[in-house]
Amino acid sequence: MWMLGPIGFTAPLLLIGLIALPILWVLLRAVPPAPVQRRFPGVALLLGLKDAESQSDRTPWWLLLLRLLAVAAVIIGFAGPTLNPQQVRDGRGDLVIAIDGTWAGAPAWQATMDRVSALLSEAATNDRRVAVVNLTDLPLAEPLPFAAPNTWQERMPNIQPNPWQPIDPAEYFIDQAGNFETYWISDGLDYPGREDVLAAFESSGPVTVFQTPRQITGLRPARFEDGEVRISATRTPIGADSETTVTAIGLDPAGVERALASVPLNFAAGEEVAETAMILPPELRNRITRFELTGTRSAAAVSLTDDALRRREVALISGREDREGLELLSQLFYLREALEPTADLIDGDLADILLANPDVIVLADVAILTDIEAQGIAEWVEAGGLLLRFAGPRLAASDVGRGSEDPLLPVRLREGGRSVGGAMSWGEPKTLATFAAETPFFGLDVPEDVTVTSQVMAQPDPALADRVIAQLTDGTPLVTRKFSGDGQVVLFHVTANAEWSSLPLSGLFVQMLERLAVSTRPVAPDAAELEGTIWQPDRLLDGFGRLRDARDLAGVAGERLAGATPGPDLQPGLYAGRDRQIAVNVIGADTTLTAAQWPARITVEGMEVLRATALKGWLLTAALALLLVDLIASLAVGGRLRGPRADVAAALLLALFIAPQAKAQDDFAIRATSEVVLGHVLTGDPAVDDVTAAGLLGLSQTLTRRTSIEPAAPMGVNIETDELAFFPFLYWPITADAPLPSREAYGKLNRYLRSGGMILFDTRDADTARFGSGSSEGARLQAIARSLDIPPLEPIPPDHVLTRTFYLLQDFPGRHASRDVWVEAAPIGVETIDGMPFRNLNDGVTPVVVGGNDWARAWAVTSNGAPMFPVGRGTAGEQQREISLRFGVNLIMHVLTGNYKSDQVHVPDLLDRLGQ
Amino acid sequence: MTTPLTLRSQAESLAAHLPPLLAEAEHLAATVLLGDHGRRRAGVGDTFWQYRPAQSHDAARSIDWRRSARSDARFVQDKEWQIAQSIILWVDQGASMGFASGDVTKADRARTLAMALAILLNRGGERVGLTGLRLPPRRGTAQLQQMAQILSEDEPRDHGSPDAEGMLPHSRALFVSDFLGNIDGVTAALTRAADRGVRGALLQVLDPQEEAFPFDGRTIFQSMTGAVRHETLRARDLKSRYLDRLAARKDQLQQLARTTGWQFHSHHTGQPATQALLWLYGALERQG
Repeated sequence: MWMLGPIGFTAPLLLIGLIALPILWVLLRAVPPAPVQRRFPGVALLLGLKDAESQSDRTPWWLLLLRLLAVAAVIIGFAGPTLNPQQVRDGRGDLVIAIDGTWAGAPAWQATMDRVSALLSEAATNDRRVAVVNLTDLPLAEPLPFAAPNTWQERMPNIQPNPWQPIDPAEYFIDQAGNFETYWISDGLDYPGREDVLAAFESSGPVTVFQTPRQITGLRPARFEDGEVRISATRTPIGADSETTVTAIGLDPAGVERALASVPLNFAAGEEVAETAMILPPELRNRITRFELTGTRSAAAVSLTDDALRRREVALISGREDREGLELLSQLFYLREALEPTADLIDGDLADILLANPDVIVLADVAILTDIEAQGIAEWVEAGGLLLRFAGPRLAASDVGRGSEDPLLPVRLREGGRSVGGAMSWGEPKTLATFAAETPFFGLDVPEDVTVTSQVMAQPDPALADRVIAQLTDGTPLVTRKFSGDGQVVLFHVTANAEWSSLPLSGLFVQMLERLAVSTRPVAPDAAELEGTIWQPDRLLDGFGRLRDARDLAGVAGERLAGATPGPDLQPGLYAGRDRQIAVNVIGADTTLTAAQWPARITVEGMEVLRATALKGWLLTAALALLLVDLIASLAVGGRLRGPRADVAAALLLALFIAPQAKAQDDFAIRATSEVVLGHVLTGDPAVDDVTAAGLLGLSQTLTRRTSIEPAAPMGVNIETDELAFFPFLYWPITADAPLPSREAYGKLNRYLRSGGMILFDTRDADTARFGSGSSEGARLQAIARSLDIPPLEPIPPDHVLTRTFYLLQDFPGRHASRDVWVEAAPIGVETIDGMPFRNLNDGVTPVVVGGNDWARAWAVTSNGAPMFPVGRGTAGEQQREISLRFGVNLIMHVLTGNYKSDQVHVPDLLDRLGQ
Repeated sequence: MTTPLTLRSQAESLAAHLPPLLAEAEHLAATVLLGDHGRRRAGVGDTFWQYRPAQSHDAARSIDWRRSARSDARFVQDKEWQIAQSIILWVDQGASMGFASGDVTKADRARTLAMALAILLNRGGERVGLTGLRLPPRRGTAQLQQMAQILSEDEPRDHGSPDAEGMLPHSRALFVSDFLGNIDGVTAALTRAADRGVRGALLQVLDPQEEAFPFDGRTIFQSMTGAVRHETLRARDLKSRYLDRLAARKDQLQQLARTTGWQFHSHHTGQPATQALLWLYGALERQG
């Protein structure tokens, strides 16, 4: 076969015929179109008229071109062109198919597998032994696992991309004896040791590389800077401008995972790194569990967040200041300085602060709390709060915790406290003892110069020893702690300012606060800190960027965790320690991505498996079409195209080029608009679509029988291609595997919702799941609705206009009778007026109704009008079907008449009918 | 195919809807033949005009005894003075009239119109004849039959021209043709007729294609007999100039008609025949 670019010819000799085309040109040009003999009485008037121009005795050039094209198409067509003809790769001997198998190949993994499958098929025809090796998951057995290609075909699903890069794969191959040819399926990303592998392969035989040039993008870990979350991504630095979106995902207050925020990220042309900032309220920021690059399905597109991004909310409260403007003497000054970089500080009234539910409340020398405040704080501590108290003159002077143990103090206090090393006392100021092993401060260095001159004293107590977590060299407790419920109460027996001790001036103070988890550690822990610890994998990423639970896996030593690149023994994911989490991400903060470069001697082929397409038919069809056009054109040029002939020609041309699509679209529009038509979104699942169509047909029939709405037969709507604006109402059954609409479709849907359309989402799972719970349909609905412009929702309130647009209803059952039907929430602050059954809600038709009651099945009728599916049992079931139909009637009435029934003018009549 | 019988029946059906046509007559003194045009004065005729007392010169048999018996005097019944008009028709029988782009040839239309007019006039009591000496004006169905016979004949030439002979002074005339050929013959006949006080109408019958010239491409135009040929490479280029010439020809005819006191009308075979017949009806009934 002779190749010309991607096109091969089966009979290339015929192409010589193309040489004849210029000759044909000359010949055709010389022969003018034959004249028409025409009898015409007016010829007497024509006598003596000369032709203005004399072109037409030659065929016009465009007509010639048309004919030549037709002839050329015929010649080329018979030469048997084939697009992407199957190249038969002939090879002998053993074959190794090496797959990079990194996360970078995950987005195109299917193509990779197709390629491997095609290579295996070829190997099968050539009767070769094959070993398929995933470089990120090298076989445990030492020799290469050669086997028949068919065996490998069966094992293919086991080959999955891994979220790390190959680690020293050359070692494995260097020792391999024997000659083999290598097909290397590369992901297009460079990694250390790749040249060595190449050398190892080349020493054994020829190497062919399969690789698609592709932009590889990875999301770097987000970091917190200056009050905003900075997000950056890196890519292989070839490529034009591109824009992508980063989505922050986390749990919402209901515990459901959802997109919390998203921000566009723009790569400038040729730039390697793009960075953007996301400004989020702390409440939202602390919920983020990971960032995702939208539209990329790989582990590098997911960046898990650990404590580094989490900032604790700390409420600072001090006793009343009796002096103004003395900043440095303020109780809170050093706390503020210590916490500001790593925590969000809250000021305010204690009652307000408790509402904000901070992580930590610091009471600096606050002695007296009202009962209500004390109770509030106690409950908050029970629920997991950390109450951090500092002593001071007021606490020392008060009676708090004297007689019995105060619930908000870890120990009982002795009256007065003590002071040492001052002008009026004996002794030296006391220094700190080293921290005991079981205290949270263990391991912190105690600076020599930290001294304590005054402190409050703990009352000796049997429980005291357990509660001391830091003490002075003479054994007096300096910091005491007690657990209370899920929370804890910690007391520093000194002041938070430098009045009683130099502790707040030292770095130790900051470290102690960190250890107490008052503030978060700002930097990743170093190896020394992690030494000897074991970290339990919590959730791990796979190569596609999906998270899976990994709590059943063995723990990882802390040393490995520190700054190491991920590998089989340290899979990317979230690792949990005692009181903190560490995220191991595929892309580190300074990872750069480099495209794999191959030496010139290596053949690099594309990844796509191209299917051979015979072009003969197309070319001959084109030639035929051209000849038809030529026919009409030469008639026109020769002046023979008049009267009915012209009409026929025009009709032919129209039919050829324009008519089909235009007509189809017009038909759709005319059918959808000539009458009221209920639409349903085509899910792609024929069974669901049929049932939905039958359901809407049943509803349409009911509407026709009972109301003045007489809809035509319902229509299926493809949200990707069809215009939605024709339909007042769309029924959208959600299937678990429904595809996400494209960006354009989302645009259309949002326009539709904003301009007054209504969509009824039906997850059809109300028999097994409740709204918002994790049924697969529910999860899919959330995924679909994430990009929709949907207002806040609420369950249908009893006074919603849907309860009375036609029938008076309180239940909205379908085939299932769940009460979980959600509509747009009423505006806040509309109160019920006494004596009125309804709130005065006059605005707006809810753009969505969300439920899972499978209404379509309850409405569905067969072609002879009988119900298609049973509902419930016996009479009660029929009653339920009736109510379901009434709900349908109310819904369509609501769609078509809006809030008409909301109008208070009708209240007297409605009251009358309600019997009130 | 035009045979005298079909021509006659076509013309009859065309004329059936119109009342009998009395061609407007003037200079009655010059015509001697009896017709249906009452002169509002006593004279020779069939209809009653008035009773008058008998004079001495009245013959005894002219006395109306029935009237005279009712009084003492004798009365004579006067008749109204009636005369008839003569209308001379000319229809171009040349081959060019045989052209048709649709169903109707120009000749068919022209003959039908002329014949229908003749039938109407005959019903009105006028005398109808053809130019030349073959069929002088006469009344009666036999005349019509004969006229149909003669009109059905074809001429071998492309264009015919009217014969100015046999035109009675102060009679009326109708010339029907496409007037596309040399109109010198028409001009000569017309001026000569006008000299003798003959007034009338020119009816140009054209085919729609002759008006529109919807031709394109390389074309050889031939006259109907094939005697005249004209070849062009792009017929469309000729269109405007042809139309100019056609308009000039119409203008020339109009001018000619105006100077001689005749009337001119252009009719297409694409239009209904009644339209042209109505115009003819009006033109011949009208003054001038």
